[in-house]
Amino acid sequence: MIRIDSVTKRYPDGTVAVDRLSLDVPDRSITVLVGPSGCGKTTTLRMINRMVEPTEGAILLDGEDVRRRPVTALRRSMGYVIQNAGLFPHRTIVDNIATVPRMLGWGRRRARERAAELMERVGLDTALAERYPYQLSGGQQQRVGVARALAADPPVLLMDEPFSAVDPVVRKGLQDELLRIQDELGKTIVFVTHDIDEAVKLGTMVAVLREGGRLAQYAPPAELLSAPADAFVEDFLGADRGIRRLSFLPSAALELTTDAVVPADAPAERIAAADARHLLVTDPEGRPLGWAEPGELTAGDIRTDRLLPPGRPFVPGTDSLRVALDCAVLSPTGWAVAVDADGRVTGVVSQQAIGEAIRAAHAVGRTDRAGVAP
Amino acid sequence: MNVLNFVHAFFSDGAHWQGYDGIPQRLLEHVRYTLLALALAAAVGLPVGLLTGHTGRGGNALAFVANAARALPSFGLLVLAVLLIGFGLLPVMIPLVVLAVPPILVTTYEAVRSVDPSPVDAARGMGMHESRILLRVELPVALPLILSGLRSAAIQIVSTATIAAYVSLGGLGRYIVDGLYQRDYEKVVGGATLVAVLALLTLAVFWAAGRLAVSPGVRRR
Ligand SMILES: Nc1ncnc2c1ncn2[C@@H]1O[C@H](COP(=O)(O)OP(=O)(O)O)[C@@H](O)[C@H]1O
Ligand SMILES: [Mg+2]
Repeated sequence: MIRIDSVTKRYPDGTVAVDRLSLDVPDRSITVLVGPSGCGKTTTLRMINRMVEPTEGAILLDGEDVRRRPVTALRRSMGYVIQNAGLFPHRTIVDNIATVPRMLGWGRRRARERAAELMERVGLDTALAERYPYQLSGGQQQRVGVARALAADPPVLLMDEPFSAVDPVVRKGLQDELLRIQDELGKTIVFVTHDIDEAVKLGTMVAVLREGGRLAQYAPPAELLSAPADAFVEDFLGADRGIRRLSFLPSAALELTTDAVVPADAPAERIAAADARHLLVTDPEGRPLGWAEPGELTAGDIRTDRLLPPGRPFVPGTDSLRVALDCAVLSPTGWAVAVDADGRVTGVVSQQAIGEAIRAAHAVGRTDRAGVAP
Repeated sequence: MNVLNFVHAFFSDGAHWQGYDGIPQRLLEHVRYTLLALALAAAVGLPVGLLTGHTGRGGNALAFVANAARALPSFGLLVLAVLLIGFGLLPVMIPLVVLAVPPILVTTYEAVRSVDPSPVDAARGMGMHESRILLRVELPVALPLILSGLRSAAIQIVSTATIAAYVSLGGLGRYIVDGLYQRDYEKVVGGATLVAVLALLTLAVFWAAGRLAVSPGVRRR
């Protein structure tokens, strides 16, 4: 565990970049430092690998002050990824990635094999191995930066706005890739960003810093969204934090109904018995075909090309309430279609029912907090 | 008679191609002076430029020294050196080195300073030693600029090494000095032409060195 123990950093010009900051960074999880520009995120991160020395306080790695470790050994045990990747322009991609293993005395062959392995791990085509950084896109360069940081398999990864300089689509890809890699490797990651959405998406724990390097709140993302500590955090979270919070609520408990679901070959009685304003017609395998009003359906002669589109379905248990609500909002009938992993309809649920579920979840959240209040 | 005739006459005279005053011999001497002076100047300018560029300290002092050195007239320095030390190779080397150090020093300093800080930061963050950062990251990236500093130093040495002839040494300056003294303008123009050709050769050598030594990733080709 990395413990930041009431650390203050005052630069020689008098700027207090970090002010009595205390944080426990749990092992094998992503801890995000987020806050507006200039609030001391980079300074905090760089104190962990001693690129910056604290003025007061200490940083402990597994209980030991980082200042007691030789600085190069310390840094080699921590991967470091920066905003513009910082690749060595004169070295090929594979040699960039092999840098730390080579510094650690690995043979050239073994280091290059390891580099090729990492290219695959971070989703880079190994055909790029002998290219130079300028021949890669920003997103690819950033992947190389991550691969290079992982090359010697360090237990800790320090990442300073690694995805800030790429466009949103590429950024989403990189974030998903990081989460996937983290699932496989279980590193202790400290991740700096100014983007609260990125923080909420990636963080197991999120530390919100405010100007002057003071900690505003340190909490898991769901708690941050449901209970911001003060007006600053609330403001920083943005206007739609209620909607975003739904990302952390499961859709498994939604009450689905199958009354309104009819197979395309359903007999007339089945259609007549269905008590709903809209019916969801499925194919023989149970996959959704589309919506229709009961009066429009003639048993034995259902024209599937006349149906309203079924809308995007959600998977209860896998998708969040946010996805379920989104499906309902986008559905032509206001009903969201639930499917299993194979895409077979398991039921439908109305916007009203989802609204009930959200209110219920909020109520649970409130009692939970009441329970732990001092 | 025009200059081209002089040139033609000089180079077609078989006598100019042989003996201790022949073109090959003088050319060789000139190249020797140039290489020696360049090596000495690089031995001073490169390490100092690399170190000050890496640490970012001493830039002002460096610019001052370089400007002061540039203000010294090479010929005056030569005369002074001869008066102090007597004849020989050393007094010739002094003005040539003084001439060549500033471009090497200042360009190397600027070259290292202008290296993109991101890779340097990344290198430091991954635990690379400072000396290795300088030699394995900053130097290869700054190399094109550093070579251009060495190149202008080399060109200046090539043209200025002619002053060796004033203190009874060889080199292409011999033709110019002797030609002027003997009013043999064919010789003067021939010598000057050889100096120009050597300067062009120097450019070619540096171009080739750049192709060989600079990484394609830095050349971007
Ligand atoms: N080397 C430095 N010298 C003086 N002030 C600095 C230095 N580095 C950062 N600062 C100042 O410290 C504050 C925090 O900077 P930084 O940690 O880079 O913030 P962030 O990464 O959150 O944008 C800023 O006000 C910045 O101007
Ligand atoms: Mg920063």
